[in-house]
Amino acid sequence: MFTLLLYLLALGGLLISFGKDRHKTRLALMKGWKAFTNILPDFTVVLALIGIMLTYLSPHTIAALVGKNSGFPGMLASSIVGSITLIPGFVAFPLAKSLLDRGAGIMQMAVFVSTLMMVGIVTAPLESRYFGKKETILRNSLSYVFSFIVAIIIGMVVGA
Amino acid sequence: MNLLNLVKTYRYFLLIILFDVVITVFHPSTGYTIFQYTAGNFAEMLSVIPPIFLLLGLLDVWVPRETIIRYLGEGSGVKGIVLSIVLGAAAAGPLYGAFPVAAVMAKKGTKYSNIIIFLCSWSTLKIPMFLFEMSALGIKFALTRWLVNIPGILVMAYIIDHVIGEENKAEFYRRQMANP
Repeated sequence: MFTLLLYLLALGGLLISFGKDRHKTRLALMKGWKAFTNILPDFTVVLALIGIMLTYLSPHTIAALVGKNSGFPGMLASSIVGSITLIPGFVAFPLAKSLLDRGAGIMQMAVFVSTLMMVGIVTAPLESRYFGKKETILRNSLSYVFSFIVAIIIGMVVGA
Repeated sequence: MNLLNLVKTYRYFLLIILFDVVITVFHPSTGYTIFQYTAGNFAEMLSVIPPIFLLLGLLDVWVPRETIIRYLGEGSGVKGIVLSIVLGAAAAGPLYGAFPVAAVMAKKGTKYSNIIIFLCSWSTLKIPMFLFEMSALGIKFALTRWLVNIPGILVMAYIIDHVIGEENKAEFYRRQMANP
Protein backbone atom coordinates (compact mmCIF):
# COMPACT_ATOMS: atom_id res chain seq x y z
CA MET A 1 0.00 0.00 0.00
CA PHE A 2 2.64 2.50 1.12
CA THR A 3 5.11 1.00 -1.33
CA LEU A 4 2.57 1.61 -4.08
CA LEU A 5 2.22 5.19 -2.90
CA LEU A 6 6.00 5.54 -2.99
CA TYR A 7 6.05 4.26 -6.57
CA LEU A 8 3.28 6.60 -7.64
CA LEU A 9 5.11 9.51 -6.01
CA ALA A 10 8.40 8.59 -7.67
CA LEU A 11 6.88 8.01 -11.11
CA GLY A 12 4.75 11.15 -10.88
CA GLY A 13 7.82 13.14 -9.89
CA LEU A 14 9.76 11.63 -12.75
CA LEU A 15 7.09 12.56 -15.29
CA ILE A 16 6.78 16.12 -14.02
CA SER A 17 10.54 16.45 -13.97
CA PHE A 18 10.81 15.10 -17.49
CA GLY A 19 8.17 17.55 -18.68
CA LYS A 20 10.04 20.45 -17.15
CA ASP A 21 13.64 19.67 -17.95
CA ARG A 22 14.98 16.61 -19.73
CA HIS A 23 18.58 17.30 -18.92
CA LYS A 24 17.93 17.71 -15.19
CA THR A 25 15.86 14.51 -15.18
CA ARG A 26 18.71 12.59 -16.76
CA LEU A 27 21.00 14.01 -14.09
CA ALA A 28 18.54 12.97 -11.35
CA LEU A 29 18.37 9.42 -12.68
CA MET A 30 22.13 9.23 -12.88
CA LYS A 31 22.49 10.51 -9.31
CA GLY A 32 19.93 8.03 -8.01
CA TRP A 33 21.62 5.16 -9.83
CA LYS A 34 25.06 6.22 -8.60
CA ALA A 35 23.86 6.40 -4.98
CA PHE A 36 22.30 2.97 -5.36
CA THR A 37 25.33 1.24 -6.86
CA ASN A 38 27.58 2.93 -4.30
CA ILE A 39 25.81 1.22 -1.45
CA LEU A 40 24.88 -2.03 -3.19
CA PRO A 41 27.99 -3.98 -2.07
CA ASP A 42 27.18 -3.30 1.60
CA PHE A 43 23.51 -3.89 0.96
CA THR A 44 24.07 -7.34 -0.47
CA VAL A 45 26.15 -8.31 2.59
CA VAL A 46 23.42 -7.19 4.98
CA LEU A 47 20.67 -8.96 3.05
CA ALA A 48 22.66 -12.19 2.90
CA LEU A 49 23.40 -11.99 6.64
CA ILE A 50 19.72 -11.46 7.40
CA GLY A 51 18.96 -14.58 5.36
CA ILE A 52 21.19 -16.62 7.68
CA MET A 53 19.83 -14.91 10.82
CA LEU A 54 16.23 -15.60 9.91
CA THR A 55 17.02 -19.26 9.29
CA TYR A 56 18.69 -19.89 12.63
CA LEU A 57 16.55 -17.54 14.72
CA SER A 58 13.20 -18.81 13.50
CA PRO A 59 9.97 -17.81 15.27
CA HIS A 60 10.14 -21.25 16.88
CA THR A 61 13.60 -20.56 18.37
CA ILE A 62 12.52 -17.15 19.57
CA ALA A 63 9.47 -18.65 21.27
CA ALA A 64 11.70 -21.13 23.05
CA LEU A 65 14.01 -18.33 24.17
CA VAL A 66 11.58 -15.80 25.54
CA GLY A 67 8.34 -17.71 25.97
CA LYS A 68 9.49 -19.71 28.96
CA ASN A 69 11.40 -16.97 30.73
CA SER A 70 9.92 -14.28 32.82
CA GLY A 71 11.24 -11.30 34.69
CA PHE A 72 14.45 -9.50 33.87
CA PRO A 73 16.30 -12.48 32.34
CA GLY A 74 13.38 -12.86 29.94
CA MET A 75 13.56 -9.18 29.05
CA LEU A 76 17.30 -9.45 28.54
CA ALA A 77 16.89 -12.48 26.29
CA SER A 78 14.13 -10.86 24.21
CA SER A 79 16.13 -7.64 23.92
CA ILE A 80 19.11 -9.56 22.57
CA VAL A 81 16.97 -11.43 20.06
CA GLY A 82 15.28 -8.18 19.10
CA SER A 83 18.59 -6.40 18.58
CA ILE A 84 20.06 -9.12 16.40
CA THR A 85 17.13 -10.09 14.26
CA LEU A 86 15.52 -8.01 11.57
CA ILE A 87 12.07 -9.53 11.44
CA PRO A 88 9.61 -7.45 9.46
CA GLY A 89 6.77 -5.97 11.51
CA PHE A 90 4.08 -8.03 9.89
CA VAL A 91 5.81 -11.14 11.25
CA ALA A 92 6.99 -9.69 14.57
CA PHE A 93 3.71 -8.25 15.83
CA PRO A 94 1.62 -11.40 15.38
CA LEU A 95 4.54 -13.39 16.84
CA ALA A 96 4.60 -11.17 19.94
CA LYS A 97 0.83 -11.55 20.16
CA SER A 98 0.97 -15.33 20.03
CA LEU A 99 3.72 -15.39 22.67
CA LEU A 100 1.62 -13.12 24.86
CA ASP A 101 -1.28 -15.54 24.48
CA ARG A 102 1.02 -18.34 25.57
CA GLY A 103 1.99 -16.58 28.77
CA ALA A 104 4.92 -14.34 27.86
CA GLY A 105 5.10 -11.11 29.85
CA ILE A 106 4.01 -7.80 28.33
CA MET A 107 7.34 -6.17 29.21
CA GLN A 108 9.31 -8.96 27.52
CA MET A 109 7.31 -8.49 24.35
CA ALA A 110 7.52 -4.69 24.53
CA VAL A 111 11.29 -4.77 24.81
CA PHE A 112 11.39 -7.28 21.96
CA VAL A 113 9.30 -5.11 19.65
CA SER A 114 11.18 -1.95 20.61
CA THR A 115 14.69 -3.33 20.14
CA LEU A 116 13.57 -5.02 16.96
CA MET A 117 12.66 -1.67 15.45
CA MET A 118 15.34 0.58 16.92
CA VAL A 119 18.46 -1.53 17.39
CA GLY A 120 20.09 -3.06 14.35
CA ILE A 121 23.24 -5.05 14.90
CA VAL A 122 23.16 -6.58 11.44
CA THR A 123 22.63 -3.21 9.77
CA ALA A 124 25.30 -1.53 11.94
CA PRO A 125 28.02 -1.84 9.26
CA LEU A 126 25.70 -0.13 6.79
CA GLU A 127 24.77 2.59 9.28
CA SER A 128 28.46 3.07 10.01
CA ARG A 129 29.20 3.55 6.29
CA TYR A 130 26.82 6.51 6.27
CA PHE A 131 27.08 7.93 9.78
CA GLY A 132 30.41 6.75 11.13
CA LYS A 133 31.24 4.39 13.95
CA LYS A 134 30.56 6.72 16.85
CA GLU A 135 27.02 7.62 15.81
CA THR A 136 26.22 3.98 15.14
CA ILE A 137 27.38 2.83 18.56
CA LEU A 138 25.73 5.78 20.30
CA ARG A 139 22.36 5.50 18.58
CA ASN A 140 22.13 1.74 18.96
CA SER A 141 23.19 1.60 22.60
CA LEU A 142 20.94 4.52 23.57
CA SER A 143 18.05 2.86 21.74
CA TYR A 144 18.81 -0.39 23.54
CA VAL A 145 18.62 1.23 26.97
CA PHE A 146 15.59 3.26 25.95
CA SER A 147 13.77 0.08 24.88
CA PHE A 148 13.79 -1.07 28.51
CA ILE A 149 12.29 2.23 29.65
CA VAL A 150 9.58 1.93 27.00
CA ALA A 151 8.91 -1.66 28.07
CA ILE A 152 8.54 -0.73 31.74
CA ILE A 153 6.12 2.07 30.89
CA ILE A 154 4.11 -0.19 28.59
CA GLY A 155 4.09 -2.76 31.37
CA MET A 156 2.64 -0.18 33.74
CA VAL A 157 0.04 1.12 31.29
CA VAL A 158 -1.08 -2.09 29.64
CA GLY A 159 -0.41 -4.49 32.50
CA ALA A 160 -2.37 -2.41 35.00
CA MET B 1 34.06 -2.53 -14.46
CA ASN B 2 36.00 -5.67 -15.11
CA LEU B 3 35.33 -9.01 -13.45
CA LEU B 4 38.20 -8.81 -10.98
CA ASN B 5 36.99 -5.44 -9.71
CA LEU B 6 33.48 -6.75 -9.45
CA VAL B 7 34.61 -9.73 -7.39
CA LYS B 8 36.64 -7.44 -5.16
CA THR B 9 33.76 -5.05 -4.60
CA TYR B 10 31.40 -7.85 -3.66
CA ARG B 11 33.95 -10.03 -1.84
CA TYR B 12 32.12 -10.11 1.51
CA PHE B 13 28.83 -10.91 -0.14
CA LEU B 14 30.47 -13.68 -2.17
CA LEU B 15 32.06 -15.08 0.99
CA ILE B 16 28.69 -15.29 2.72
CA ILE B 17 27.15 -16.97 -0.32
CA LEU B 18 30.05 -19.43 -0.33
CA PHE B 19 29.29 -20.12 3.35
CA ASP B 20 25.62 -20.67 2.42
CA VAL B 21 26.64 -23.09 -0.32
CA VAL B 22 28.81 -25.06 2.13
CA ILE B 23 25.86 -25.30 4.53
CA THR B 24 23.62 -26.42 1.68
CA VAL B 25 26.04 -29.23 0.87
CA PHE B 26 25.97 -30.54 4.43
CA HIS B 27 22.42 -29.58 5.46
CA PRO B 28 20.39 -29.21 2.28
CA SER B 29 17.14 -28.19 3.99
CA THR B 30 18.80 -25.52 6.17
CA GLY B 31 20.70 -24.21 3.17
CA TYR B 32 17.53 -24.12 1.15
CA THR B 33 15.84 -22.06 3.88
CA ILE B 34 18.77 -19.63 3.95
CA PHE B 35 18.62 -19.12 0.19
CA GLN B 36 14.87 -18.71 0.37
CA TYR B 37 15.15 -15.99 3.03
CA THR B 38 18.04 -14.31 1.22
CA ALA B 39 16.10 -14.25 -2.04
CA GLY B 40 13.09 -12.90 -0.13
CA ASN B 41 15.25 -10.13 1.34
CA PHE B 42 16.52 -9.16 -2.09
CA ALA B 43 13.00 -9.16 -3.47
CA GLU B 44 11.88 -6.91 -0.62
CA MET B 45 14.79 -4.54 -1.10
CA LEU B 46 14.30 -4.36 -4.84
CA SER B 47 10.62 -3.58 -4.36
CA VAL B 48 11.16 -0.74 -1.86
CA ILE B 49 14.48 0.77 -2.84
CA PRO B 50 14.04 1.89 -6.49
CA PRO B 51 11.43 4.59 -5.83
CA ILE B 52 13.46 5.83 -2.85
CA PHE B 53 16.59 6.34 -4.92
CA LEU B 54 14.54 7.77 -7.78
CA LEU B 55 12.97 10.31 -5.42
CA LEU B 56 16.38 11.05 -3.93
CA GLY B 57 17.81 11.80 -7.35
CA LEU B 58 14.90 14.10 -8.13
CA LEU B 59 15.15 15.78 -4.74
CA ASP B 60 18.84 16.33 -5.23
CA VAL B 61 18.36 17.98 -8.61
CA TRP B 62 15.19 19.97 -8.01
CA VAL B 63 15.14 21.07 -4.37
CA PRO B 64 17.52 23.94 -3.74
CA ARG B 65 19.82 23.70 -0.76
CA GLU B 66 18.43 26.96 0.58
CA THR B 67 14.94 25.48 0.90
CA ILE B 68 16.12 22.52 2.96
CA ILE B 69 18.26 24.79 5.12
CA ARG B 70 15.26 27.01 5.77
CA TYR B 71 13.03 24.12 6.85
CA LEU B 72 15.50 21.66 8.40
CA GLY B 73 18.80 23.47 8.81
CA GLU B 74 20.39 25.36 11.68
CA GLY B 75 17.86 27.74 13.17
CA SER B 76 14.88 25.77 11.86
CA GLY B 77 13.87 25.30 15.50
CA VAL B 78 10.73 23.47 16.57
CA LYS B 79 9.38 23.47 13.01
CA GLY B 80 12.46 21.59 11.85
CA ILE B 81 12.09 19.05 14.65
CA VAL B 82 8.40 18.44 13.94
CA LEU B 83 9.05 18.15 10.22
CA SER B 84 11.84 15.61 10.84
CA ILE B 85 9.52 13.47 12.98
CA VAL B 86 6.74 13.65 10.38
CA LEU B 87 9.11 12.74 7.53
CA GLY B 88 10.39 9.72 9.46
CA ALA B 89 6.97 8.55 10.62
CA ALA B 90 5.49 8.82 7.13
CA ALA B 91 8.17 6.55 5.71
CA ALA B 92 7.65 3.02 4.55
CA GLY B 93 10.27 0.32 4.38
CA PRO B 94 13.08 -1.00 6.57
CA LEU B 95 15.58 1.17 8.43
CA TYR B 96 18.29 0.75 5.80
CA GLY B 97 16.09 2.75 3.44
CA ALA B 98 16.54 5.73 5.77
CA PHE B 99 20.33 5.89 5.46
CA PRO B 100 20.55 7.13 1.86
CA VAL B 101 17.71 9.58 2.52
CA ALA B 102 19.59 10.94 5.52
CA ALA B 103 22.70 11.25 3.37
CA VAL B 104 20.92 13.50 0.85
CA MET B 105 19.34 15.49 3.69
CA ALA B 106 22.82 16.08 5.07
CA LYS B 107 24.13 17.09 1.67
CA LYS B 108 21.34 19.66 1.43
CA GLY B 109 22.20 21.24 4.76
CA THR B 110 19.88 19.54 7.25
CA LYS B 111 20.91 20.11 10.86
CA TYR B 112 22.61 17.09 12.45
CA SER B 113 20.14 16.66 15.31
CA ASN B 114 17.25 16.76 12.83
CA ILE B 115 18.87 13.99 10.80
CA ILE B 116 19.12 11.83 13.93
CA ILE B 117 15.50 12.62 14.83
CA PHE B 118 14.47 11.61 11.31
CA LEU B 119 16.46 8.37 11.56
CA CYS B 120 15.00 7.43 14.96
CA SER B 121 11.47 8.30 13.84
CA TRP B 122 11.87 6.15 10.75
CA SER B 123 13.04 3.23 12.89
CA THR B 124 10.23 3.25 15.37
CA LEU B 125 7.37 5.65 14.58
CA LYS B 126 6.47 4.41 11.11
CA ILE B 127 2.74 4.92 10.71
CA PRO B 128 2.16 1.86 8.48
CA MET B 129 3.82 -0.26 11.18
CA PHE B 130 1.83 1.49 13.88
CA LEU B 131 -1.44 0.50 12.23
CA PHE B 132 -0.26 -3.06 12.04
CA GLU B 133 0.96 -3.07 15.63
CA MET B 134 -2.39 -1.72 16.79
CA SER B 135 -4.30 -4.53 15.16
CA ALA B 136 -1.96 -7.20 16.56
CA LEU B 137 -1.10 -5.98 20.05
CA GLY B 138 -3.91 -3.59 20.82
CA ILE B 139 -4.33 0.16 20.75
CA LYS B 140 -3.08 0.63 24.34
CA PHE B 141 0.22 -1.12 23.61
CA ALA B 142 0.85 0.59 20.28
CA LEU B 143 -0.21 4.05 21.37
CA THR B 144 1.83 3.94 24.59
CA ARG B 145 4.91 2.85 22.67
CA TRP B 146 4.37 5.56 20.07
CA LEU B 147 3.84 8.34 22.60
CA VAL B 148 6.74 7.33 24.86
CA ASN B 149 8.99 7.18 21.81
CA ILE B 150 8.55 10.82 20.79
CA PRO B 151 10.20 12.36 23.88
CA GLY B 152 12.65 9.43 23.89
CA ILE B 153 13.74 10.22 20.34
CA LEU B 154 14.21 13.90 21.17
CA VAL B 155 16.33 13.06 24.22
CA MET B 156 18.42 10.55 22.26
CA ALA B 157 18.96 13.00 19.40
CA TYR B 158 20.01 15.66 21.91
CA ILE B 159 22.49 13.30 23.57
CA ILE B 160 23.93 12.04 20.26
CA ASP B 161 24.17 15.59 18.93
CA HIS B 162 26.16 16.68 21.98
CA VAL B 163 28.34 13.61 22.45
CA ILE B 164 29.28 12.99 18.81
CA GLY B 165 31.77 15.85 18.67
CA GLU B 166 32.27 18.57 16.07
CA GLU B 167 35.01 16.76 14.17
CA ASN B 168 32.84 13.65 13.74
CA LYS B 169 29.95 15.80 12.55
CA ALA B 170 32.14 17.71 10.12
CA GLU B 171 33.50 14.42 8.81
CA PHE B 172 29.94 13.14 8.30
CA TYR B 173 28.96 16.21 6.28
CA ARG B 174 32.23 16.14 4.34
CA ARG B 175 31.63 12.54 3.32
CA GLN B 176 28.08 13.24 2.12
CA MET B 177 29.18 16.33 0.18
CA ALA B 178 31.89 14.32 -1.54
CA ASN B 179 29.23 12.08 -3.12
CA PRO B 180 28.15 13.27 -6.55
